[in-house]
Amino acid sequence: MEQLFNISVITDNFTYFMIGRFPHGPLGGVGLTLYLAVASCILSFIGGLILGLLSVSRFPAVRYPALAFINLVRGMPLLMVIFWMYFLLPALFGKIPENNTVILALSLFTSAYMSRIIVAGIDGIPKGQTEAATSTGLKSWQVMYYIILPQALRNMIPSFVNQFVSLIKDTSLAFIVGVSELTHVATQINNRTMAFPTEIFAFIAIIYFILCFAFTTLSRWLEQRLSWSKAI
Amino acid sequence: MLNYTFDWSIITSGQYFDWLLAGLITTLKLSAISIVLAFLLGLLIAVMRMAHSKPVRWFALAYLEFFRNTPLLVQIFFWYFGSYKILPVFINDWLNKTGFEFAAAAIALTIYTSAFIAEDIRSGVLSIPKEQMEAARSAGFSYLRSMQYIILPQAVRITIPPLVNQFLNLAKNSSLAMTIGVMEMTYQARQVESYSFKGFEAFTAATVVYLVLSIVITALVNLYNEKVLNVHKAA
Repeated sequence: MEQLFNISVITDNFTYFMIGRFPHGPLGGVGLTLYLAVASCILSFIGGLILGLLSVSRFPAVRYPALAFINLVRGMPLLMVIFWMYFLLPALFGKIPENNTVILALSLFTSAYMSRIIVAGIDGIPKGQTEAATSTGLKSWQVMYYIILPQALRNMIPSFVNQFVSLIKDTSLAFIVGVSELTHVATQINNRTMAFPTEIFAFIAIIYFILCFAFTTLSRWLEQRLSWSKAI
Repeated sequence: MLNYTFDWSIITSGQYFDWLLAGLITTLKLSAISIVLAFLLGLLIAVMRMAHSKPVRWFALAYLEFFRNTPLLVQIFFWYFGSYKILPVFINDWLNKTGFEFAAAAIALTIYTSAFIAEDIRSGVLSIPKEQMEAARSAGFSYLRSMQYIILPQAVRITIPPLVNQFLNLAKNSSLAMTIGVMEMTYQARQVESYSFKGFEAFTAATVVYLVLSIVITALVNLYNEKVLNVHKAA
């Protein structure tokens, strides 16, 4: 039985799993996974906000293209979006680094989902708020900017955290285009050592679980705190 | 994009069309098998999640949290590369004979999706008034029988729209099976691209297939909501 599981493959490569060749080379492993997730999260928040606002616009000429784009992206698998980016961006803009390709693909994909969260948040604010703000003489963009969005965004924080958890999981797809995040590092080590796939993949599953579960717990806690602060 | 000439004919007929069609069939087959198994497993986990026994409840909770909080790709790799050490020998033999790629992808998709389905079913069950269970129990049904005959038939009826959405997610997620060599839609699109250098056409074809799938399924869900559940949703 002592030959069944061998965790020395984990302990020997632990730094490589965590940060890749970082101090002497590019960042990899968990470090790169988090970098991709955070960068995409920020960009997709901005993208989602823009798409969300466009899709609740009063003008059909703005609203319908935005909705069409959102549904187009939501209908596609993320893998397909990554391939499109990987294939289109170099044709349009010349060579760009793989890391950025993946960040753009993840941001585009997540923006479509973020926009739905933002629309739901805006819908969740009582209509009276808009009416009251309008009757004080604010223009419609001012109503949105000063009255609706600050309240809506606060209510959306738990959903954003959930979306961030999805992003952490989705960064594993960057493996496909050769970005050396955690999953890619694991397949590298697996190809080099050959004999310990069970240990390696169970280990990275646990790492992802710890990261994602921490944020899921945070989001639940925030949700409770929000509903409590709303109740008083 | 500057020196690119479009040639749509290569994907509408001939060898590449056959590849893409074979990919579509594999995608549908993989999704159909996985959704049926995931539904059964999800039902089991949902019932366990609401059971009276604490260890059973904790097991179900751990299962849900673990499989929902790890990437599907990692789970696919685990089953494909790493499961031989934990599976019995006769299962390994059988899997190696029958083409392990497809089986590993189906196992991973089933388990991953079952965790989401279990939560959908649970929220369906929670929306059934508590009196139903109390009435069933006082009529002499055991807990499991009350679930089987009274609660679940009602819960599944309102859980159908989220379940169909899970099927859609599953069909999209099945694209990850290409990483272990299952020749499904995305794999074949990639294949056409590398053989013909007509990536634009190949990816468009695959994208259109996924879009049609999701438009049709979303339309069916809306119809079901309106006709059966009498929910009227705006837009």
